Amino acid sequence: MEYTVVCRNVAKVYHQDTVAVQALTDVSLEIPKKDFVCFSGPSGSGKTTLLNLIGGLDRPTGGEILVDGNRVDQMEKGALAELRLRRIGFVFQAYNLIPVLTAQENVEFVMQLQGVPAAERGAKAREILKEVGLDGLEDRRPGELSGGQQQRVAVARAIVSEPSLVLADEPTANLDSKTAENLMQLLRHMNKEHGVTFIFSTHDKLVMDFSRRLITLRDGRIVEDVRRN
Amino acid sequence: MPTLKTPLLLTLAWRNLWRHHGRTAAILFALALGVWSMVSLAALSRGSMEQQLVKAILNLTGHIQIHAPGYRDDPAIEHRLSPPGSALTAALSRPEVAAWATRVRVPAVVASERESAGVTLVGIEPARERGLSFIADAVTEGRYLEPADEAGILLGRKLAERLETGVGRRVVVMSQDVNNSVADRGFRVVGIFDAEPQAVEEGYVLVTRATAQRMLKLGDDISEIALMTANRDRLDGLLAALRVAAPNLDVQPWTVVEPLLVLTEKIVNVILIIWYVIVFTAMSFGLVNTLLMAVFERTREFGLFQALGMQPTHILGQVLAESFILLAVALALGNLGGWLTVLALKDGLDLSAFAQGFEMIGVSPIIYPALHAGDVAAANVLVTVLGLAASLYPAWRAARHVPVEAITRA
Repeated sequence: MEYTVVCRNVAKVYHQDTVAVQALTDVSLEIPKKDFVCFSGPSGSGKTTLLNLIGGLDRPTGGEILVDGNRVDQMEKGALAELRLRRIGFVFQAYNLIPVLTAQENVEFVMQLQGVPAAERGAKAREILKEVGLDGLEDRRPGELSGGQQQRVAVARAIVSEPSLVLADEPTANLDSKTAENLMQLLRHMNKEHGVTFIFSTHDKLVMDFSRRLITLRDGRIVEDVRRN
Repeated sequence: MPTLKTPLLLTLAWRNLWRHHGRTAAILFALALGVWSMVSLAALSRGSMEQQLVKAILNLTGHIQIHAPGYRDDPAIEHRLSPPGSALTAALSRPEVAAWATRVRVPAVVASERESAGVTLVGIEPARERGLSFIADAVTEGRYLEPADEAGILLGRKLAERLETGVGRRVVVMSQDVNNSVADRGFRVVGIFDAEPQAVEEGYVLVTRATAQRMLKLGDDISEIALMTANRDRLDGLLAALRVAAPNLDVQPWTVVEPLLVLTEKIVNVILIIWYVIVFTAMSFGLVNTLLMAVFERTREFGLFQALGMQPTHILGQVLAESFILLAVALALGNLGGWLTVLALKDGLDLSAFAQGFEMIGVSPIIYPALHAGDVAAANVLVTVLGLAASLYPAWRAARHVPVEAITRA
């Protein structure tokens, strides 16, 4: 079986002043390609930390992390940026759109970094925005969009360049239940149609219900790993 | 290998700058003001310096002077020279020579019936002196000398006042002739001239060369040959030709004859550089502060850029692009302001009300600014290069964040 993500004995210790906080302890897991996985657990359980480590946004203090066979725990800053650019899409709880760019420009941003020609990226961006239900709102800046619309722009940005992995941290936290359900259906659709691997970190039961695999963390350790049908 | 996404960086930089209109406008105003002051002060200084130079060269200096050896150290009658021979005359006829004339120039005393004063007696060729020195155009009372003026003399206004004499009155000039005897003769004042600095009005009396030669028993001998060219800064070829034509004479450019002028020009250059550095230092604090504020405010965004795959060098480039845009707009405004200032002052900036002693030191109280491409280029290059260098610190701060720390920062 091909794995998008492999973690072996991953540990992360934060230092707050003089106190060492063990955020993750001996976490090992394998996530196959095209999986739809959810990290759950109470606040402080380490799910967001694990997500950040897999995305190369932070470095573990121990263990190994492989994304598409690349050791992200050992990669240089520039190489990590390149890996994120080509292989990983992010969806953040706070949307994190670029405020000075329009919805379409936000979606085009990653493709622009990838060097995709203007005409091609423009067409792709319009198509994906239509797919996420934002047809006609391409020229609006984030401040002119609702929370749900902003999150859909963020999702469009994350998936438009068809990464092999999308990491979504509490993607429904700021959305009403209807918008959240629509969003999850969209992500599920992307997973099925485009073969993108999704990993979520969430408290939201709705997200858990959508996932095919539910990994529960507590105090920095995996306490349960359930595959659902 | 990542490539630099210049249009993307410029788009982001431009839009980010206008997220805070007031702040950007304030720093742009400060930067443009600094550039304007650099350009304007340089134009005023350069204009003033140019006026001093032109005046000093016209004040019986010329672009090149030829003397007998020893004359420049001791301008006495024994350091005289023969009129130019054929070789020297041929060299003086070169196309780059605009005008030349021979002069007698010796120390003398001039006396009226009331006062006397030590002066320099200058014997000139009235017709040839036109276009070579100030004197032909400086006579404001009476008339200029004529070739046939056997006993006519020109005095400066200050000297005339000191001697309590005027046009039509007689004065006596005394000097030493070639036999080391006192030579004296009476002259009638035919004209009064005005000149800057005042030392010229007080220091020179002018008669025809022929009269001076007869009075001092010089025969055909003279004290100096002075000449003007089309370009005072390109004298090397002509100097070499003159030195070949007159190997036993002392042929020197104005920079040697008037070393104080060269020194003054160097001092002006140093003052300009100091001014540039002071203004730039003040500007750079504002620039760096603005960029640092922008970087701190957008820490989260820089983390996001990294999370999305933007290389740290591109983040550095984005902050530098913001700095470059600020500098480019400020330079455009500042240069435009400087140019308009020079245009507005084309008829001169009259400082006589504030600086009555200017003329005593050879500086005109009316300054005509002169915009030199070199000064403008120096200000622009300095501001651009050092401005970008000063921006490196905020840019480096932006690029060095760990993405997760930046994104999770409140």
